[in-house]
Amino acid sequence: MIELSNLSVHFGHAAALRDANLVIERGDRLGVVGESGSGKTLLALCLMGMAPDSARLTGQLSIDGQDMARAAERDWQRLRSRWVAMVFQEPMAALNPLRRVGDTVIEPMLLHDGLTRRAARDRALSLFEEVGIPDPDRRLRQFPHEMSGGQRQRVLIALALACNPMLLIADEPTTALDANVALRITDLLQRLAREREMALVFISHDLAAVARATEDIVVMYAGDMVERGRTAAVLGAPVHPYTKGLLGARPDVGVAGRNADGKRRRLPTIPGSVPPLQGLPEGCRFAGRCPVELPQCATQRPAFTQTEVARGAACHLLTEARHD
Amino acid sequence: MRRLPANFLLGAVLVSLVVGVAALSLIWTPHDPQTMSISTKFAPPSAEHWLGTDQLGRDVVAQLMAAARNSMTVALVAVLLGGSIGVALGLLASALGGWVEDGVMRLADLGFAFPALLFAIMLAAVFGPSLTNAVLAISFINIPIFARVTRASANQIWTRDYVAAARAAGRGRFAISRDHILPNIAAAIIVQATIEFAVAILAEAALSYLGLGAQPPASSWGRMLSEAQTLMYLAPQLAIYPGLCIVVAVLGFGLLGDGLRDITDPRLARAR
Amino acid sequence: MTDVPLLEVRNLTRHYKLPRQSLLRRAPVLTALEGAAFSLRAGETLGVVGESGSGKSTLARLIMAFERPDAGEVLFQGRDLHGLTAEELRKLRRGFQMVFQDPFGSLNPRRRIGWSIAEPLRANGETENITHRVAEALEQVGLHPADAGKYPHEFSGGQRQRIAIARAIITRPALLVADEAVSALDVSVQAQILNLLMDLQDDLGLGMVFISHDLAVVASICDRVLVLQHGKTLESGPAADVLRAPKHPYTKTLLKAAGVRP
Repeated sequence: MIELSNLSVHFGHAAALRDANLVIERGDRLGVVGESGSGKTLLALCLMGMAPDSARLTGQLSIDGQDMARAAERDWQRLRSRWVAMVFQEPMAALNPLRRVGDTVIEPMLLHDGLTRRAARDRALSLFEEVGIPDPDRRLRQFPHEMSGGQRQRVLIALALACNPMLLIADEPTTALDANVALRITDLLQRLAREREMALVFISHDLAAVARATEDIVVMYAGDMVERGRTAAVLGAPVHPYTKGLLGARPDVGVAGRNADGKRRRLPTIPGSVPPLQGLPEGCRFAGRCPVELPQCATQRPAFTQTEVARGAACHLLTEARHD
Repeated sequence: MRRLPANFLLGAVLVSLVVGVAALSLIWTPHDPQTMSISTKFAPPSAEHWLGTDQLGRDVVAQLMAAARNSMTVALVAVLLGGSIGVALGLLASALGGWVEDGVMRLADLGFAFPALLFAIMLAAVFGPSLTNAVLAISFINIPIFARVTRASANQIWTRDYVAAARAAGRGRFAISRDHILPNIAAAIIVQATIEFAVAILAEAALSYLGLGAQPPASSWGRMLSEAQTLMYLAPQLAIYPGLCIVVAVLGFGLLGDGLRDITDPRLARAR
Repeated sequence: MTDVPLLEVRNLTRHYKLPRQSLLRRAPVLTALEGAAFSLRAGETLGVVGESGSGKSTLARLIMAFERPDAGEVLFQGRDLHGLTAEELRKLRRGFQMVFQDPFGSLNPRRRIGWSIAEPLRANGETENITHRVAEALEQVGLHPADAGKYPHEFSGGQRQRIAIARAIITRPALLVADEAVSALDVSVQAQILNLLMDLQDDLGLGMVFISHDLAVVASICDRVLVLQHGKTLESGPAADVLRAPKHPYTKTLLKAAGVRP
């Protein structure tokens, strides 16, 4: 349905996204995790045809068999909301504060599906019910500021679903929400994707949320896809040192803060921070921060190595292990 | 580097022109602006008198230049005086809050409700018309404007974490106002000052036109206008020249202020 | 001296007046915090867990004496902060400092960071050795003394949080209030900052009130936990007990949200 092959995005000479390969089929639920500067949001924008004007795209991005990497805005407009739709991080910022949420949700249906107002309203009502907004009749007439953060995020999800998209992209949909609300939104997205056989790309820095919502996962670091596979497999037994570091650095509720001797237990860390776009290392972009660096890491870019079906990582350690 | 907005560039050009001419008049004018010569009254433009002479034979260019200097001085003093009192009151209101803030803001409302011209006429009635009284009147109308802008911007900065950190450090409200609040609202105040500069130029011209500002023999665009009024059919150019000068100066400072605002607050520019 | 806790909070309550909805009716009142109570010893960390609107930030502001409570006391080393004169409070402030959530908002963008870090010293009228002590604080948080001459925008989020911590420890306080201090940071940076806080606590014997919505983070650094919701204390106790056997369903939900493996 959607296929990226060697998709790269350059700003000037710096590659903010490098050789992204991805196949998304109907009903797939894919998590994209990474820290700031990993390129995960840029990837989402590419899938929506909304990469910044200064970005230069190379490689292929095909949606429904059409190559969209260099498509014009008009072609994208036809695809958006029917093929791909997006849910944003900040629900308040994504809704027009001066419009009733019902009007916002109805608008794309009038525009794209040519529905009558009456039919569109009925569809909006059932969408609100589907995304779990109680008392939808009243809610349709409310303004964004009259709703809670969780409700607003549900409205945005309803808006994204308005034209029955094949793919829903959620960019940090739970980051601005309280933990228990975030939990429910995560479950809602997962359920919607399953029930509608819609593909879901769930982008987040929150490993817990990704673990709940997705079946497959891609781990990104500084514009590279460094590891991928089944979510449970990758999070359960990470291969790439970055994935390992990321999982290790995340505190675990089950581990007490102090050792038996009463000393505070330190968290494992990844030293340093993500290098800026202009100062990326030549070889592996994780070089310099990696705890198990090999001599070739600094100069040679590791190829993506498949270890099992739909599982692999871009790391010299993997090829090294093969030679042994 | 971002491209500068067009209003900023045009404003900057016009303002430099006016300020340049005003500065030049300090050291050089083509003739003495006050020297009368009845024999050459209403002279047409010539190499000697670039824009001709007025009903008393005074050189128009020299008068316009001297008037520009007066106008700039009045506007500068008025904005500086009114602005500093207003900013101080605004900072005080924002720093202390409570009844002080309420009091200052109600006073500002009162100031807004009081027309500047009326105040100038009142000053003139009591102390006699003079440029000083005009300056005081224009300063006075600036106080509530600056107090309001300052308080609004300062209140935003007071909610910042670095201000909370300064309070946690044990710093007093006035020290915080000076070290944290003022530097971070300076841009907003400068923008406001530029816009008010334009308003002050207009106000000075209006007061002088009414005879409440610059007194003879001091040159002023407003006074030139009022003198030219009676000669409208005889010598319309004498009204047009000072009128144009006022337009250029007011437009220049207005555009510059708007442009500065667009540069310092892009969010606001988009909203408009 | 040893029986007086570093910080004792008794029955702390704070209401806020909301905007009037009608001219005729009284302005509605929001109870931001009600009857919060705990005590903290030197070297100990109390985790305050809750979500937006739970009252945890109000608690921080009351402990820091940024605002006054409607009822209750905050005793710092045995003295009620809200019963002191402004001058007494100002002098005492060097003993308790705060680290904020937003590493981009907690430093004045127009001041060099050396200036910001030295601010608590200057506020106390200390002028000696400022450069030296700023350099020392920068090294303590893992930065370079030469960084003092730079502006905040030249640093990453994690580095800025280190700068904010340097400012908080430069007066050698006994208590640190950290309000969501690692929430805005990436996971790998978050761990670095948590470790730094632990190092500083061991070195300086700091008592810490650590406020967070993230139970996993709290688990990694806190000895005791207080769970807040809508201003009320739902449960409190040793971190190990609360996390292993939460009593309140809300705590269970938070635990569920914090787990990597569902």
